[in-house]
Amino acid sequence: MTLIGWLQIILYCAIIVALTKPLGWYMTRVFNGERTFLSPVLRPVEAGLYWISGVDERREQHWLTYTVAMLLFHVGGFLIIYGVMRLQAVLPFNPAGQSAVAEDLSFNTAISFITNTNWQNYGGESTISYLVQMLGLTHQNFLSAATGIALAVALIRGFSRASMRTIGNFWVDVTRCTLYVLLPICIVYTLFLVWQGMPQTLGAYVEATTLEGAKQTIAVGPVASQVAIKMLGTNGGGFFNANAAHPFENPTALSNFVQMISIFALGAALTNVFGRMVGNQRQGWALLAVMGVLFLAGVAVTYWAEANGTSTLQALGLTGGNMEGKEVRFGIVASSLFAVITTAASCGAVNAMHDSFTALGGMIPLINMQLGEIIVGGVGAGLYGMLLFVVLAIFVAGLMVGRTPEYVGKKIEAREVKMAMLAILVLPLMYLGWTAVAVVFPPAVASMANAGPHGFTEVLYAYTSATGNNGSAFAGLTGNTFFYNLTLASAMFVGRFFMIVPAMAIAGSLASKKTHPPSAGTFPTTGGLFVGLVVGVILIIGGLTFFPALALGPIVEHLAMNAGQVF
Amino acid sequence: MLREIRPAIVLLVALTVITGLVYPLAMTRIAGVLFPSQAQGSLIEKDGKVIGSALIGQEFKDDRYFHGRLSATVAPDPNDSSKTVPAPYNAANSGGSNLGPTSKALADRLKEDVDKLKAENPGQPVPLDLVTTSGSGLDPHISPEAAQFQVPRVARARNMPEDLLRQIVAANTESRLLGLIGEPRVNVLALNLALDRAGK
Repeated sequence: MTLIGWLQIILYCAIIVALTKPLGWYMTRVFNGERTFLSPVLRPVEAGLYWISGVDERREQHWLTYTVAMLLFHVGGFLIIYGVMRLQAVLPFNPAGQSAVAEDLSFNTAISFITNTNWQNYGGESTISYLVQMLGLTHQNFLSAATGIALAVALIRGFSRASMRTIGNFWVDVTRCTLYVLLPICIVYTLFLVWQGMPQTLGAYVEATTLEGAKQTIAVGPVASQVAIKMLGTNGGGFFNANAAHPFENPTALSNFVQMISIFALGAALTNVFGRMVGNQRQGWALLAVMGVLFLAGVAVTYWAEANGTSTLQALGLTGGNMEGKEVRFGIVASSLFAVITTAASCGAVNAMHDSFTALGGMIPLINMQLGEIIVGGVGAGLYGMLLFVVLAIFVAGLMVGRTPEYVGKKIEAREVKMAMLAILVLPLMYLGWTAVAVVFPPAVASMANAGPHGFTEVLYAYTSATGNNGSAFAGLTGNTFFYNLTLASAMFVGRFFMIVPAMAIAGSLASKKTHPPSAGTFPTTGGLFVGLVVGVILIIGGLTFFPALALGPIVEHLAMNAGQVF
Repeated sequence: MLREIRPAIVLLVALTVITGLVYPLAMTRIAGVLFPSQAQGSLIEKDGKVIGSALIGQEFKDDRYFHGRLSATVAPDPNDSSKTVPAPYNAANSGGSNLGPTSKALADRLKEDVDKLKAENPGQPVPLDLVTTSGSGLDPHISPEAAQFQVPRVARARNMPEDLLRQIVAANTESRLLGLIGEPRVNVLALNLALDRAGK
């Protein structure tokens, strides 16, 4: 570890904190339906969209209607992606002549993109056409992100409203999020990325003759417009197979730094939106503090582990850490930081190959996802995931002092706690359950690229990433098989929607309750004690759930590595 | 609930057209005007022929050139399309080795390459980035140390003074942005082009 390395990390955190308040202010105005500086341009487009689709923007929805609308929207999104992938050979914008994508891979990819996972069983440049990249993937990057943010805002309304039956209008939230938040930022961001060297062209792959006279086919495409929303919407599905490690998908140290900022920016700002909507910004800062504590702990471990290297490298006298699978322009620190950020949020873009990380360095991304990606988290998903843990923490605190637990003026009762537990328990059921099946099913075992405990970690990582809707991978695992395509898709589906539906049920239930003014007996939820309590609950629930699985994977591998054992 | 079906179809199609067609196509147009070179892939031409991209690494094996990092990219096996064969710096199929920290295959590969480099330049510490594969398999850069390490070999092959080579390396070394962000690095293709310009 170096001083310059830590200064990069500190600068990064400072920028995120600085962006939280202005972005939170702007997003609050957008979701409250107020005018913004973009309204003169965008309001006519917005009104036109409501007109053709028959949406009455003043009519709000019950939580059940809101959820059904969201689900219908996803059915349509699924059909579009599946359709263009199966038909890409006969559709335009296919200069590389890609043939139709197989049924199971199309199914997996469609589920992957509507759930904001963006797991890559496909290899971008070698499998899919420009049309699929744009119409299939870029559009769903926008809409799954907008959906996540809309759901988080709906849950926030549950907390901030009193005695109401409705939690907002899904169509309005998604439309406003797409038009006022995502698109304007992406337009500026795309131009920045192209300036840094990212291609944005519909031209065919380039045939080059290298200095030594060899032939090199260079894949290009409309990369920048997709990468902008891929990062901002914490989607993470790469244009290229190597994702953000590819020089065209992340050309410079500056593009890398800005990409890292764009992963966290909207998720962090949502904590401020929460604070503003419940009438006390300190409530939002307290949530961001919980996230910050867990985040910095993870960064410290991964950075230390990667800077330390492996015993294999040390035995050969190679100093400077673990550079296998990393790019020179990013080095140890920016690769470690990126890995922790991308898994803390449910982004899943990678700028280095996690499969080649040290055992402990690769364990932190795994833990981040197993905790439910609540450390800033996916846009929207991170906040509603975190609020589920807050409900539990408040419940535990209430039990300890024998009072009905309250959070931002709302009584937390049996229904909320049951729903929160349901959402939290369904995640380990998926990733531990499917991992257990895969490691005793011979065709699934054959997909592992590494032997020994590392192979087990590859499988555990895959299901964890799918369930958490992350999409990063220990990429050695051959995931494009019938078994993995289907089981990973089921993990992504359950991980997304079995968390959303209980969260919306909580939103509906809370919105209908009265708000109680704080009294002398109210547990303050803006101070250090609250932050510590929530961190504790997250670590205890998380630790009890997945420690045994970690012991079989990264922990035993670390011990084997120190003993000089290879597999 | 039935009244939600119309927006589910119409709004979805409308937003899909906006975000999936209008936005990427408009950005392609604008980017092509503002940054024509980058938008096409930062291609480098020599005598009217494309010799590569400034951002994409290419394979160098000749002793007269500086070598880049190891690349783990593969291509389909021409004899059996269900298998793959190694194809370093395949810019149409990026990827890393994905070998883990306790991989025997990785340990063996590292040992072999370290021995090879030690024989080439005895007494010097072997630079880490010359024996590890990059994440993309297309890393265009090496560390300044890795470039300096190769100077004696290139000097012998080209019959050029080492001092001159070290000057060319220094001139092609990029430093951290604001002294803080990123890592010092040398673009191998740019360095080798500069080398060719400097003479035999």
